[in-house]
Amino acid sequence: MSTTTVAHHEEHSDHPTGIMRWLTTTNHKDIGTMYLTFSLVMFLVGGLMVLGIRAELFRPGLQLMNPDFYNQLIGVHALIMIFAALMPAATGFANWMIPLQIGAPDMALPRLNNWGFWLLPPSAILLTLPFTLALFGIGDGALATGWTFYPPLSVQGGIGVDFAIFAVHLLGVSSVMGSINIIVTLFNMRAPGMTLMKMPMFAWGWLITAFLLVATIPVLAGAVTMLLTDRHFGTHFFDAAGGGDPIMFQHLFWFFGHPEVYILLLPVWGFIPQILQTFSRKPMYGYKAQVYSLWAIGALAVVVWAHHFFTAGMPVPALLYFMYSTMAISLPLAVLFFCWIKTMWKGSMSFETPMLFAVGWIILFGIGGLTGLVLADVAADAQYHNSYFVVAHFHYTLFAGGIMGIMAGVYYWLPKMTGHMYNEKLGKVHFWLTAISFNVTFIPQFFVGLAGMPRRIPDYALQFTEFNMISTVGAFILGLSQLLFVYNIIMCAKGGQKATDKVWEGAEGLEWTLSSPPPYHSFNEQPVIK
Amino acid sequence: MQVFKKIGVGLAGLLASLNVFADYSWNFPEPVTPMALDTLHVHNKFMIITAIIFFAVLAIMIYSIFAHRKSKGYQAVADKAPSTAVEIFWTLIPFAILLLIDFVIMGIPAYHSVVMMEDTRDKSTMVIKITGSQWRWQYEYLDGDAKGVKFVSNLTTSDDQLHNKAEKGENYLLEVDNPLVLPVGEKVRILMTASDVLHNWWVPQFGSSRVAVPGFIRETWVQVEKAGTYRGQCKELCGKGHGYMPVVVNAVPMEEYKVWAAKKQEEQKAANEIKEMTKDDLVALGKTVYEKNCAVCHQVSGAGLPPAFPALTGSKIALGPVFGADGKYLKDSHMDRLLNGKGMMPAWKATLNDTEIAAVITYERQALGNAATVDPIVQPAQVKAARE
Repeated sequence: MSTTTVAHHEEHSDHPTGIMRWLTTTNHKDIGTMYLTFSLVMFLVGGLMVLGIRAELFRPGLQLMNPDFYNQLIGVHALIMIFAALMPAATGFANWMIPLQIGAPDMALPRLNNWGFWLLPPSAILLTLPFTLALFGIGDGALATGWTFYPPLSVQGGIGVDFAIFAVHLLGVSSVMGSINIIVTLFNMRAPGMTLMKMPMFAWGWLITAFLLVATIPVLAGAVTMLLTDRHFGTHFFDAAGGGDPIMFQHLFWFFGHPEVYILLLPVWGFIPQILQTFSRKPMYGYKAQVYSLWAIGALAVVVWAHHFFTAGMPVPALLYFMYSTMAISLPLAVLFFCWIKTMWKGSMSFETPMLFAVGWIILFGIGGLTGLVLADVAADAQYHNSYFVVAHFHYTLFAGGIMGIMAGVYYWLPKMTGHMYNEKLGKVHFWLTAISFNVTFIPQFFVGLAGMPRRIPDYALQFTEFNMISTVGAFILGLSQLLFVYNIIMCAKGGQKATDKVWEGAEGLEWTLSSPPPYHSFNEQPVIK
Repeated sequence: MQVFKKIGVGLAGLLASLNVFADYSWNFPEPVTPMALDTLHVHNKFMIITAIIFFAVLAIMIYSIFAHRKSKGYQAVADKAPSTAVEIFWTLIPFAILLLIDFVIMGIPAYHSVVMMEDTRDKSTMVIKITGSQWRWQYEYLDGDAKGVKFVSNLTTSDDQLHNKAEKGENYLLEVDNPLVLPVGEKVRILMTASDVLHNWWVPQFGSSRVAVPGFIRETWVQVEKAGTYRGQCKELCGKGHGYMPVVVNAVPMEEYKVWAAKKQEEQKAANEIKEMTKDDLVALGKTVYEKNCAVCHQVSGAGLPPAFPALTGSKIALGPVFGADGKYLKDSHMDRLLNGKGMMPAWKATLNDTEIAAVITYERQALGNAATVDPIVQPAQVKAARE
């Protein structure tokens, strides 16, 4: 009896080796690994670009690059970090962990899953090719409009804008496919007994993210397509001379762009409570309250978009509506913060690297959230808007709230994925270097922003010099510390101390019932949730 | 009890940091308009509230991190799943606190600020029009003492300073040839538009910032309460010169403003007079106009930055014929390009006067390594005719 099971199992584990394994794979773990690797590579590429920006801003005057190249750097840095680093990282975790967490053998639509991933490398090439060619003196470079594509500047721009439009199309298609896959998997493949209200929080975070993606990516695709036809086929969607309106683009873009913020953050809000409960050795507090809050935030996300361009001019009722609705987001968010901290409260805490990142994440993301609340005020926003204050704010939400959250997840699940423990000491050093240098980089930016330094300028007035120098020093330490992260991951994948199945003393959930690393095909027998 | 102690420490730290708010270099610059003053108050209030929230929560977390440690032998409380009622009660507390802060403590003053900010008409005594274009601001006085005055405001920081070849001046990147002049104490209604892409006219000390949208008029207002020179920058990415289109405003007492307005009207009248000019005069004036307006893309030498910005030296347009046999200017000729623009090249007919256009065309044809033989010079009268 047992021999037949083994034979049966091996037959299913059979897969091509070498490059063909990765090209043709429909296995959720292989695809998850590819997403995460891709994300890490692009994170380094985007980071390298921003070091160029910070080096240029180290002192006043033009040192390293001309203004046009500078404008390309800021736009491509943002697109890469958002679409090619953060989003694929979250999707990678979804692929790896959702089937494990809900007791499913694989994702529901494995071929779609494969295609979803393999659209990413071409789009990354589309995004970086014009830029790379320009470095060698070919062509006029990538889009120089910032990541927001605002016309008429983007209509005026060179072929780099077209490249970026097609890259965004491919990335969008990939995200929508990933989202459909996750929705179908979560609705159909949960283990018997796992009702929706028993799903792990990570699955909830991703379910809402997936709905947001399906709802808003088509709007972005529509907007950039209209931009494309404005550029090449003589339409006038965004040109006043033909009856269009440039501000219309901003409405369409941010109808996607604001939910995008939550798309990047909701998966993190999903697994951070899981990490907190593991290392507090105590179940998470307020499961239901958290789920309802996630839903509330998902719903509010699609009705607050215009707070990204208050200064573009709007009627007073619209200004008031977008101000108050934006402020309302802080209500469910306050509930979430409360639940996270209450989960830690009176736990029996230990501070391994994932927990350090999770706690640091709460504090730093808190700064991002609170400054966001201030930004909602229309009158004050006239000052903050497009100043370095905003740059600092969204790096607190997207670097601290997004990427540092992802890092917590990497350290948390890496032993499960590879079967080896990472180097704990190195992980802790990485955390402290990252947290400290992150603040050294971005706290000065709040001050220069308040003092009146606009964002997206290649050179600045002398009064901003000292703060910019500090910021640049911080950025280089931050950038270099990430090499420790990469080294730690590679060494952990290669070998090291064997990880137990449960890995962490306080870990709860189906993914910890499997071996580390889990078998190629996860649950051959469906677990039953009581 | 220790929790409260921690909160107390947090609050003390916050009070110490309040001194920071008094020092404007760490905050918004000194406000000189009612709006900027209001904005500063709103901002300070928000900052204090959010700082209290932040440090209070941080204190609780830090307490928990040190007290509830496994290494200290702290046992996790056997958290019985809270009853739904208890859970709802606890989670509604942060909800209620934020509700109060958002919609009462912050929400009500915010409402009044918005209404004030958007009220551009009440008690306004004069109207000016600001046009943003790549990469300069154009000001036009639509009524009052300076009615009809119109000029362009360009960055004056030298190229050598930008490229670290010369010592940077005090107002590096924040200095212009023609600042906007406004009378102190008057509420000035500002109509904002753009000629090419989006721009944003921003002076931090005024607290007003509005996007200039091509093809649309947006409104804002300023009422400068204190005489002085105020500096700001364009705040909406508008291309490669985005960092190089500063805003400088001189706020002067009314009498001084009137004198300035009369002088400016006089100057403008003289400049708009059409008269026959010699080639040398045209080239000399053309050089000034060129270096102020054209050199940023086509370069001082005329070599351009191909492919985006073509060279003028040896260019077909700069050497080819301007006028046809009937005396009218040709399509895609030098005149056509200057007046109407094409693609990245802006139209200059609204920005430069007849004499300036004639001068810059002549300069481009007779200097920068060019010596056009067909239509070697263009006279102001010809530009005037071309406009009609």
